[in-house]
Amino acid sequence: MWGSMFRWLDPYAKPETLYHLCGRLLPYLMGLALFTLLLGNIWGLAFSPSDYQQGDSYRIIYIHVPSAIWSMGAYSSMAIAAFIGLVWQIRVAQWAVLAIAPIGAVYTVIALFTGAAWGKPMWGTWWVWDARLTSELVLLFLYLGVIALAGAFSEAARGIKVASLLAIVGVVNLPIIHYSVEWWNTLHQGATITKFAKPSIDPSMLWPLLISLLGFALLLAALTCLRLRSQILIFEQHRPWVRQLVDQQQGEQS
Amino acid sequence: MVMWRALVQRELQLLGRQKADWLNPLVFFLLVLSLFPLGIGPEPGMLKQIAPGLVWIAALLSVLLSAERLFKDDYRYGVIEQLVAGRQGLFSYVTAKICCHWLSTGVPLVLVSPLIAVLLGLDWQSWQVLVVTLLLGTPVLSLLSVLGAALTMAADKGGILQALIILPLYIPLLIFASGAMEAAATALPYTGQLAVLLAFLLFALALVPLAVRQALRMNVG
Repeated sequence: MWGSMFRWLDPYAKPETLYHLCGRLLPYLMGLALFTLLLGNIWGLAFSPSDYQQGDSYRIIYIHVPSAIWSMGAYSSMAIAAFIGLVWQIRVAQWAVLAIAPIGAVYTVIALFTGAAWGKPMWGTWWVWDARLTSELVLLFLYLGVIALAGAFSEAARGIKVASLLAIVGVVNLPIIHYSVEWWNTLHQGATITKFAKPSIDPSMLWPLLISLLGFALLLAALTCLRLRSQILIFEQHRPWVRQLVDQQQGEQS
Repeated sequence: MVMWRALVQRELQLLGRQKADWLNPLVFFLLVLSLFPLGIGPEPGMLKQIAPGLVWIAALLSVLLSAERLFKDDYRYGVIEQLVAGRQGLFSYVTAKICCHWLSTGVPLVLVSPLIAVLLGLDWQSWQVLVVTLLLGTPVLSLLSVLGAALTMAADKGGILQALIILPLYIPLLIFASGAMEAAATALPYTGQLAVLLAFLLFALALVPLAVRQALRMNVG
């Protein structure tokens, strides 16, 4: 089974094939992402009922929770890409690390910002040193570390490898950091929908949240495709196929 | 083993000749600690209360700084390239580096800890806990700092970058080490925190040397 899977995946390790695959996927992913984001957020912000306790200010959940969940999802996908890139020496996977890192960092910033904006009316303060807030902040630092390390080498390929290793070290550390701060201090409300039991949210609020969640995931995928395409072009700029591509596009323009 | 012993001997010899490498971090540690009373105020009650955090923040900064130039000279003179090309001895080199780094930064911190206790007004019991947390925690600090130094070895901008990538990894250590000291100060049981610190140490001891070796290989390219 593994053999056949690798044979199926193998062509996509070739930068040129992957470039075109990403190009084909991009419009669908972006279109679907925009559609689901608009649907989820308009439904959530305008039509779902307001909370009996938190009033209308709970509505920021439709941005806060998806961005927080996918800030961690992006980190795990980045670490998986880093692992594949280092173990099987697949260059496109290493480039994917660099493609995902800034997107994840921005998601983390969105989660932190919306969290602060939500915390102000609910807890009466922009920031508390609560476990989840702290680990989200640390996640941001880990992202920034990966980005900074990748950019610190004059030889870009080496920087990416080293940054991939740091991403893997970070993913080993992330649960440790998470539980450390959990034991250290907790004020944040419990998870709303990640419980395995019945979610503690009414279906009329849950559906827009799930759609928004899907929208953020699709947006992450679409942006990754977009950034991976430009990474591939940057690293392969001296290859004939990129030259050809450039000539072709210039020909079309003139 | 023979190789390891030779490498440790070499490291110790180098440390003996370049005393600034281990003396400066120690002075830095004491200096940072004496800045806090000047900045916050010298009341003994307050100092005692914030001492656990202070000692540990100063410790992790000084260990971090001391690791910055750890591989630079060996890298410049081609020692590491030879070890990577030789396919043997790189792991011994890594473990020897880690051991000697701990011996030259962690152990001195433990040795000056009575002085810290006097400066910050810690009692006998708190000092004991401080020593235990330092003994358990500083090896982890060394391991992670060496990893940071290895990752940034061939980078154009070292220094602050190493701090940026390694400081977040220190957080669990900081929480539990200062947690143990705080618990001891309020006469609560603190063996749990010490057990967690020991777990961190064993976990890091098992994995970090491998990551350091890999990082060195990548940096040599």
